[in-house]
Amino acid sequence: MEEILNISNLTKRYDDLVVLDHVNLSVKKGEVIVLVGTSGCGKSTFLRCINALEKIQEGKVSLDGEVINPAGGKLNTVRERIGMVFQSYDLFPHKTVLQNMILAPVKVKKINKKEAEKEALALLDRVGLLSKKDSYPHQLSGGQKQRVAIVRALMMHPEVLLLDEITAALDPEMVREVLDVVISLAREGRTMIIVTHELTFARAVADRMIFIDGGKIVEEGSPEEFFNHPKTDRLKKFLDSFSYD
Amino acid sequence: MGFEVLFKGSNMLRLLSGMLVALRISLISVLISIVFGVALGSLMSLKKPAITVASKIYLEFIRIMPQMVLLFLVYFGTTKALGINMSAETASIIVFSLWGTAEMSDLVRGALGGIPAIQYESSYSLGMTTFQTYVYVIIPQIIRRMLPLSINLITRMIKTTSLVMMIGIVEVLKVGQQIIEANRKSSPNAAFGVYATVFLLYFVVCYVISMFSKHLEKKWKN
Ligand SMILES: Nc1ncnc2c1ncn2[C@@H]1O[C@H](COP(=O)(O)OP(=O)(O)OP(=O)(O)O)[C@@H](O)[C@H]1O
Ligand SMILES: [Mg+2]
Repeated sequence: MEEILNISNLTKRYDDLVVLDHVNLSVKKGEVIVLVGTSGCGKSTFLRCINALEKIQEGKVSLDGEVINPAGGKLNTVRERIGMVFQSYDLFPHKTVLQNMILAPVKVKKINKKEAEKEALALLDRVGLLSKKDSYPHQLSGGQKQRVAIVRALMMHPEVLLLDEITAALDPEMVREVLDVVISLAREGRTMIIVTHELTFARAVADRMIFIDGGKIVEEGSPEEFFNHPKTDRLKKFLDSFSYD
Repeated sequence: MGFEVLFKGSNMLRLLSGMLVALRISLISVLISIVFGVALGSLMSLKKPAITVASKIYLEFIRIMPQMVLLFLVYFGTTKALGINMSAETASIIVFSLWGTAEMSDLVRGALGGIPAIQYESSYSLGMTTFQTYVYVIIPQIIRRMLPLSINLITRMIKTTSLVMMIGIVEVLKVGQQIIEANRKSSPNAAFGVYATVFLLYFVVCYVISMFSKHLEKKWKN
């Protein structure tokens, strides 16, 4: 399959702190990559660099051959081609669900409002939230908000979707409804890079697992190799930290 | 009760035009305060040490100073010390704007600081420019957050305009005094009627403003 996203030699430092140290990653179209690692290892930073929310010091990020985050350079203007959903506070609180969804398509892509609404309603229907189209974010549960955040990102037809611990702030009973949406996106062939602590979900959704430690990709592989036959001690230790026996 | 003096000659009209003077001073000052307050508050949010220190000093200075002292300082002080000749109304607009800008900038800073970084970032992630992000995402939220406190500030500014008669401006309270003075013989009770009317005028203006704000708050509750 053809490559859609290429990250080469990406280095991110905050003053003396090296968060990402010459990281390389090639993502194929339709691939679902799940990123794991201990807290503070730089997973969020990695996603943010891909989306050019952070300046990088070395290396570059290219989308479909076009450099979108060059080291030391200007942050990109093609962010609309990459969708991102965060842990919480994504939705604009002063806008209804529908208004949240059509804002960027109308303002950025200059899509006709009626058309944008039509698409938004179809997406809402798909995630079971059609009845909430006129609700404000504060009237939704955490799980509903995250589902809206996902479909709002889809409204821009992103070529890659970045999900940063999108269920971490949710009550356990709401995690499933959100992850089910992500799984259905994976099934329809969306390219995604997902950061999550839900390992069962990771195993189900990932084409490739990646473990980051010390600013580098320490180990990667298919979910089956990754979880059942970890090669490095660091990954073994990390996976062990999730079990209680 | 002393209300009858109001119907003598053009007294009521004079009182109303006095109120207009007070409102004109406050309206102009409020507008200036909003413009400069938003600018200063945004600068303060950048958290640059020099700006932070300078604006802190400015804010504290304005808060500590009684408005009347500021009025005297600007009106009499500058005229004498700097040889600038300004009208009393200009002086009061300067003082009220200095005060309003200080308070407004603090409100803007607070409202900006209360907006989670993710709000900006999810807007950028949707491909919105910095300009679009402010216009469609950040500023509407700031306005909603600031509304109750700004209304409170605006009504305080309107009420405080009663001080400007101390530097010779004939606003509503001064007109009231003049009317009472002029009718001392014929209506000894004029004070009550006149001051009660002044009270009502202030009340009506501030009440209308606060009703308007309540209406917006309700509309924006979501
Ligand atoms: N703006 C910043 N300034 C300085 N250091 C930062 C900044 N943002 C992040 N860091 C540091 O970079 C490192 C990586 O942070 P990051 O948020 O990417 O970790 P993470 O893997 O996403 O962690 P978590 O699982 O807790 O979300 C951390 O040590 C963090 O303290
Ligand atoms: Mg993180």
